[in-house]
Amino acid sequence: MSRAMTGAQMVLEALADQGVEHIFGYPGGAVLPIYDELFQQDRIKHILVRHEQGAVHAAEGYARSTGKVGCVLVTSGPGATNAVTGLTDALMDSVPIVCITGQVPTHLIGNDAFQECDTVGITRPCTKHNYLVKDVNALPRILHEAFYVARTGRPGPVVVDIPKDIQFQKGEYTGLSNSQHKSYNPRTKGDERAVQTAIEMMAKAKRPLFYTGGGVVNSGPEASRLLRELVRLTGFPITSTLMGLGAYPASDPQWLGMLGMHGTFEANNAMHDCDVMICIGARFDDRITGRIDAFSPGSKKIHVDIDRSSINKNVRVDLPIVGDCAHVLQQMIDAWNAKKPKVDKLALKSWWTEIDKWRARNCLHYRKRDDVIMPQYAIERLYALTRGHDVYITTEVGQHQMWAAQFFKFEEPNRWMTSGGLGTMGYGLPSAVGVQVAHPDSLVIDIAGEASVLMTMQEMSTAAQYDLPIKIFILNNEYMGMVRQWQELLHGGRYSHSYTAALPDFVKLAEAYQAVGIRAEKPSELDDAIREMIAVKRPVIFDCRVDKHANCFPMIPSGEAHNNMLMGDDVSEEDLEKAITEEGKVMV
Amino acid sequence: MTQPGSAYPLEKKEQRSETHTMSVLVDNEPGVLARVIGLFSGRGYNIESLTVSETEHEAHLSRITIVTSGPPMVIEQIQHQLERLVPVHSVIDLTVKGNAIERELALVKVAGTGEKRVEALRLAEAFRAKIIDTSLEHFVFEITGKQSKIEQFLALMQPLGLVEVSRTGLAAISRGPERM
Repeated sequence: MSRAMTGAQMVLEALADQGVEHIFGYPGGAVLPIYDELFQQDRIKHILVRHEQGAVHAAEGYARSTGKVGCVLVTSGPGATNAVTGLTDALMDSVPIVCITGQVPTHLIGNDAFQECDTVGITRPCTKHNYLVKDVNALPRILHEAFYVARTGRPGPVVVDIPKDIQFQKGEYTGLSNSQHKSYNPRTKGDERAVQTAIEMMAKAKRPLFYTGGGVVNSGPEASRLLRELVRLTGFPITSTLMGLGAYPASDPQWLGMLGMHGTFEANNAMHDCDVMICIGARFDDRITGRIDAFSPGSKKIHVDIDRSSINKNVRVDLPIVGDCAHVLQQMIDAWNAKKPKVDKLALKSWWTEIDKWRARNCLHYRKRDDVIMPQYAIERLYALTRGHDVYITTEVGQHQMWAAQFFKFEEPNRWMTSGGLGTMGYGLPSAVGVQVAHPDSLVIDIAGEASVLMTMQEMSTAAQYDLPIKIFILNNEYMGMVRQWQELLHGGRYSHSYTAALPDFVKLAEAYQAVGIRAEKPSELDDAIREMIAVKRPVIFDCRVDKHANCFPMIPSGEAHNNMLMGDDVSEEDLEKAITEEGKVMV
Repeated sequence: MTQPGSAYPLEKKEQRSETHTMSVLVDNEPGVLARVIGLFSGRGYNIESLTVSETEHEAHLSRITIVTSGPPMVIEQIQHQLERLVPVHSVIDLTVKGNAIERELALVKVAGTGEKRVEALRLAEAFRAKIIDTSLEHFVFEITGKQSKIEQFLALMQPLGLVEVSRTGLAAISRGPERM
């Protein structure tokens, strides 16, 4: 089935054929023909953002909360360069995105034309793949291929750069085809022999541990269901990376909490001491491993990943299995059930006893105060008071992000949107916009820091325009908290430029954006204020004034091993009092 | 705290480095070479030599031969990172496969008169280098062979009036009847 139409019409046609309902974008000279087509149809809803970075983050939130491909439409030059941060973020966190960029007309490419930039050159290292369209008849194939590449294998962002003359030209549109890609065909099923070996290793384990990551979430809800089945079948403990939270329910007794730099004492010690590690959809990143040569020294490692290049990148593993998490988990369950292996119950029992000792350390303990809201307490209350609601959480980057990961408990996948790999401050607000577009009736909360959220604050205007009742819950300590924490621990308490003087009045700022501003300054007013935030059916900026000097613990100092954690109660109150003097603030 | 102020581990361990030759079959499309080279520079891999040309016109396929060096884990990474690129069809580590045929072509300009000129000509014959261009004062030799042979030839030409040299980089192919 092929029909004659313009390049711009092909874009809309292909999006519709791909089942796209929403696209996040910002118009400009080089995409006007596509915007003209958008205007004349009602199948695809366009969300006008306030900055192209916001468009990509919104599409990321949309994609990660739905499992669909997120779509972005921006203009040439600055439109494309502004999108680069979002594209890099999506690449690092494996989020499926198709980003259509306008380009100057073909005959002007290379002439330093107005709003020209080398989009494919600039985005080559920050996309999974990109295309510059030079023939209108190739456009339909490229668009459909872009969606295929974005969502299959290890998902990622794909850019399609379309010169303006191509958007005007007429060509033949062809719809979806089932033909196999000539070079890109990722394998999904794991090697059956390797799966058998994995099951044998697991059956013999005395101190086993599941270490899972964002790959399980990306693989789809079925992967999370299968993970639960396998973990329960084996009776092994499980921990996860920041990106994998929600794939396994936090309320389950086999759950040890998050691992890594700010992970729990029990998870990190279990990683260090385990004898068989089953890594599923995680990539041994440096925030997880700490010191490589002291990382889980006594364990045999099984690594399931759809991306072959993630295997043996940082840590050499004993058994690689290349495949999609859901497929391999199903194979592992089948193999386990077929074999019905006799596990070493006695060894497992003593392993759990050891884990329980670590748990008893109560590593997330913090000192509650009556006079000031502790940030951890704020998240605990936010968690408690949002029970019974259909909640999605996004975050910015920093201390608040780690506290959210530690204190907000996730039971389901796709409920937790955070910038893990790239660590993009400003991710949370636009991401919340995208999540709310996909789930208009749900409670979408951006757990934010006051510094991060100011980087993309203008997207409040987007929330207002589309009646998106997102809640921006700011843990306001007036510092770039994580920077301040590092400066305290590693740079002699010299708080170089990590204090923000002249912050806006967030309540007034909310009002300026036609949103609702709420402030809480004392623990006693917190609960009512959170209830009010939940009740309001409009966008809210919640200015939660928290302790300015709280640090995020536990913490593995960099260059240290997992069993050498810094605990919150190791740091004396005196040190904390001393940490920031009035004089120090003046100096900032 | 043992580590000075850093959010990252700072120490880097020196590891044994190996040299490998890889053959990469790619779609002959704009930007594909930039993808490969960008991968190497972006991830800090070495390129010692790189050659590329279309090898199958009908199928729009090009073959890239890369000589690279690094510790074994990095060499393994390079292969899998290359395989991940969308327009890449296949990657073969010819060094792992073993016993591959490797050849390079060099054009060597040597200027001089008298004894040196005679000696250059004699050596060129011994190396089976062809004379492509000549005057009473110079030769341009074409020499083909393993890189070590070319290195040796250039070293011998150095005192005999070597002016400049242009080399193609390494082309390589596996032995036996199978394709990569």
